[in-house]
Amino acid sequence: MDLVSILWNGLAAFLTLCIFSILYKDNPFYKLAEHLVVGVSAGYFAIILYYNSFLPKVWVPVFHEHKFYYLIPTILGVLMWTRFSRKWSWVSRYPIAAYMGIGMGVAIPLTMQAFIIVPLHATMQPMGFTSLSLFNNLLVALGVLCALIYFFFSKEHTGAFGGAATIGIWILMIGFGAGFGLTVMGRVSLLIERFTFLRDYFQQLIGLL
Amino acid sequence: MGFYERLMTLDRRVVYLAMALAVAIPLFIPFGVPIYVTREVKSVYDFVESLEEGDRLLLAIDYDPNAMAELHPMALTISRQCFAKGVKLFFVTLSQNAPGMCEQLVSKLSKEFNKKNGVDYVYFGYKPYPGLVILSMGQNFRISFPMDYYGTYVDSMPIMQGIRNYDDMKAVIAFEAGWVADSWIRDANGRYKIPVALGVTGVMAADYFPYVQSKQIFGLMGGLKGASEYETLAKQEERIASRGMKVQTITHIVVILFIIVGNIGFFMSKKKKI
Repeated sequence: MDLVSILWNGLAAFLTLCIFSILYKDNPFYKLAEHLVVGVSAGYFAIILYYNSFLPKVWVPVFHEHKFYYLIPTILGVLMWTRFSRKWSWVSRYPIAAYMGIGMGVAIPLTMQAFIIVPLHATMQPMGFTSLSLFNNLLVALGVLCALIYFFFSKEHTGAFGGAATIGIWILMIGFGAGFGLTVMGRVSLLIERFTFLRDYFQQLIGLL
Repeated sequence: MGFYERLMTLDRRVVYLAMALAVAIPLFIPFGVPIYVTREVKSVYDFVESLEEGDRLLLAIDYDPNAMAELHPMALTISRQCFAKGVKLFFVTLSQNAPGMCEQLVSKLSKEFNKKNGVDYVYFGYKPYPGLVILSMGQNFRISFPMDYYGTYVDSMPIMQGIRNYDDMKAVIAFEAGWVADSWIRDANGRYKIPVALGVTGVMAADYFPYVQSKQIFGLMGGLKGASEYETLAKQEERIASRGMKVQTITHIVVILFIIVGNIGFFMSKKKKI
């Protein structure tokens, strides 16, 4: 490990420990690391946006390739900034309207197709008890039906309807439990990566000394 | 205060300390845990293994450094597998904090496998508004990416000759830590019917299993476990995720013990009040 790597990794290790210090109580080291991450992220994003968006999509097409129609979306984008002026904020409604119109026109049909119609079709599969996949399809269809019944509040949850709603709650709870378990795994993974980094860094440092 | 009330009001710093020890101690003890491969991860592996030299694959590195622990191992393993087979890789990133990280991955692997930028792979870089970028790539990659990350015109690259849009790709494998996964399903697979596989964080995995069942994605790798399963199948030398699974096992046991202790405290203190 060369000196530059030692210093940069040392800074990363120091900031990691600063963040962990919040677990004991709030302190200036944690505040330093927190403010640093916000500032560095904002600065990094600004530079990325400049080199990856502004230069190839505005500067080069307009000033080098003379594709002046790129000025139309550029002006619409600049007009968005009038939002910050009390006097001129009404101007920003036009680019926002264009953006929302295009976004909704693109998103609504595809969202209906991808997140409602296709998953609904996936519940209408051959069902039965003769094989595992048929039984799985039956469980999926019943689970979806009972969970949806639980959220139907226009009828009182009594009798058979109430029974189905109760099964729906259990289905939802099983889903939440699986989600919680996966969330624990996800958060612990981040902790493992940080501890592994700290272990490797201090082992290398001790080895050098 | 009774014993059970004390269990219920345990200082959270005791829990933090227990978790820290549960993570730190196994890192210094060499032992392994068995890793069982699930069908969803095997689907992704089998697909990549079926690719031949010259096939083209789009890899979307859409995660920030805060999700690196879970997603970087799977991105590394799949990229290595593809480069070893001679598959042409097209990297794109739709997350604003990912470009530098993706560039590190691409540089590292290109040196490891002696691959040339513009010939064996291309790194398009980052553009904002993921939904619109994904839709535009279905028309033509050049709409959103006239130049690559390094500022080179993509038309000047041999790898981009004859390449127009998703029709020229075998599939998209997207590594996601946020809602961009929905865009890949809705826009890329829904609109352009390109096969999509996802590598997601553990937190998101439960939400995306239904899309495997509905065949909108052909495979799903969830969190560190998904990454370790893929590493087990790929049998590569570097196994970052697999080494973390032994620590996962210990910490999960600790979490389960705390849940049991908390519940005992709850029910016994409730019983005492009655």
